[in-house]
Amino acid sequence: MKFLTPDVIWNSLREVGSTVLFIIAGTVLLEVLAYFLWSPLGVFSQAVDQLLKPLGDRVRSLLAGLAVVAAVVLVVAMVSPGQEPSPLAPYWPVAAVLFLIGLFISPSATVIFGWRLRLPYMLLMPALVGLLLLVVYPLLWELNVSFTNLNPRHFKSPDFIGLKNYVEVFTKPVLKQVMFFPVFLRTILWTVINVVFHVSGGMALALLLNRKMRLRGLYRTLLIFPWAIPQPIACLAWRGEFHYEYGFVNIMLQRVGLEPIQWMSNPTWNFVAMCITNIWLGIPFMMVIILGGLQSIAGEYYEAAEIDGASAWQQFRHVTLPLLRPVLTPAVILGTVWTFTNFNVPFFINQNELETSDTLVTALFRSAFQYFNLGDAAAFAFVIFAILLAFSIVYIRVTGGLKGATE
Amino acid sequence: MSNVPSAKQRSAWERFFKSGRQDSPFKRILIHLALIISSIIAIYPVLRVVSVSLRPGDRLLSTSLALIPPDATLEAYRVVLFEKEFPVWVWNSIAITSATAVIGVVLAATSAYAFSRWRFPGRSPGLVFLLSTQMLPAPMMMVPIYILASKLGLTQTYRGLVIAYSVTSVPFSIWILKGYYDTIPRELEEAALIDGVSRLSAFWRIVLPLSTPALAIVFLFNFMAAWSDYLLARVMIASERPLWTWVLGVRDFQSQFQTQWGLFSASSILVMVPVVALFLYSSKWLISGLTLGSVKG
Repeated sequence: MKFLTPDVIWNSLREVGSTVLFIIAGTVLLEVLAYFLWSPLGVFSQAVDQLLKPLGDRVRSLLAGLAVVAAVVLVVAMVSPGQEPSPLAPYWPVAAVLFLIGLFISPSATVIFGWRLRLPYMLLMPALVGLLLLVVYPLLWELNVSFTNLNPRHFKSPDFIGLKNYVEVFTKPVLKQVMFFPVFLRTILWTVINVVFHVSGGMALALLLNRKMRLRGLYRTLLIFPWAIPQPIACLAWRGEFHYEYGFVNIMLQRVGLEPIQWMSNPTWNFVAMCITNIWLGIPFMMVIILGGLQSIAGEYYEAAEIDGASAWQQFRHVTLPLLRPVLTPAVILGTVWTFTNFNVPFFINQNELETSDTLVTALFRSAFQYFNLGDAAAFAFVIFAILLAFSIVYIRVTGGLKGATE
Repeated sequence: MSNVPSAKQRSAWERFFKSGRQDSPFKRILIHLALIISSIIAIYPVLRVVSVSLRPGDRLLSTSLALIPPDATLEAYRVVLFEKEFPVWVWNSIAITSATAVIGVVLAATSAYAFSRWRFPGRSPGLVFLLSTQMLPAPMMMVPIYILASKLGLTQTYRGLVIAYSVTSVPFSIWILKGYYDTIPRELEEAALIDGVSRLSAFWRIVLPLSTPALAIVFLFNFMAAWSDYLLARVMIASERPLWTWVLGVRDFQSQFQTQWGLFSASSILVMVPVVALFLYSSKWLISGLTLGSVKG
């Protein structure tokens, strides 16, 4: 047992503070290095450029691409999934040199190291290093592991088994009993149900709130509540309320003369409980976004539509919806991805009990952290990632939603 | 104009959904009724938590639906505050979260400016990469991050958590901030540049002050993400009870085998009140910033 004494406060302040100082010092060092190295590197890239001119831009891009890909492959192979370091680990300078060669061969090297772009690259540097360390490196590690049989039986020295894990995601149970496709279908069902309710519920509430009325601020504040509550608390509180005897859901069902429901042990009802919780949690976000969009639509559109004799439904269909699209499209993409990858709700409501309530993401967690089948889990993770990526690309293509956003 | 429909000619549907100035009293009552019911649904579970936290110890499990229990007591709050490690956990969360939120905002604010104002090789792939990190399922990153941290000796310390939290919200923050910067006219900075101000100080003195709402949102997002994170905290510091953040603690009160309802509810309320207050207070900014970023003006 430990209490909040000045000692405890001081210790944690010191540890957090030293970490922050470490990050700041690293950033400063990086920036100073970039500041002074940029011009020499620019001169160097000019020289290389002169030397390689005869090759032509196409060939240079191709060679540069090859060198960088080779460097990445080498890095992936160097990352050791097991206890012992990989035999390729001492060759990291080769990867670095390959990468640098690729960088300087490419025709854009002179642009990159031009004085004009020194500031933007310096501004990007800290975030870039952070993301490399905490997103790219873990991804490479995961990619490497997905080709091995890293699990409790082969923890020290896993073997390379090629694409076996990827095949087994689809042909063998991903957990102890459930196969991939039932979980996948359940996750899709879960996403569709939630997003449909989020958007329609949020739309209805936003339309109701988008008018001059009394108590508007109060309603809005109360309706935002579920979003404001930290998710773990909301989920755990809902889990408590789904208790068979003492949760308010069953008490209310009994008061109106219905049978109480086994929310925790019946797979179907457990899934319904998850949906109820997440719908409750997610509506305020959509409501807020749609309300913001509604308020940016000028009243003249409706006046014009009214003069043309448009009914309210026609106005909604032909004025409100099209003008909401720039707001709605990113919100729906984000909402879908967030729901699909939502971890808290399925995890806390189900508490890792019923395998039949797992969505892909909680199944992944269970496979990695409960059964420690890290190799399988890694392949499984990349399959999930590919599904999400494919969905987003298709959605963005179809709706043209992010057009111009990357320009 | 003879074809302007009078109020009587409108259909019922039309009368209901027009954001009108002249709503009929009946319609107004209906709208208020719908909003009141929705509001009750939105806050009822929270009120239940309050109610449970006020129950005396021998009546924690009851089938009563009364919101204020008969002999309400603050006993659970006393236990949580003075007999459990709960204050330590909250303090840990505050220290970690505020540090990481500030770092996250700084990283995102500078990078987003580069993305917004310059065309450079790697820009579009970079933005697409940032967007696609949003599709990584969270547990996917946990194993490698844990292994990386344990190789560097950062597990069971704050250090690993601080570093990891600082970066996790950066991609999303960059997108929001870039969208917001895009709406700020470049002419403002160009005028300053002509006056001989450096690019960096134009950013500092013109762009940053103008994007306070977006910065506030990004701070809030970073803060909330770290504040209510369970997964990373569980992976990194689960075995060191004194290092726990409040999420791990609250989860422990409601563990699988024995749920301490009173403690769970009281600690939830204590954690929730300041966060909800902050959130509701900043909700106006939140709305304007979120929509501005996506609509682009």
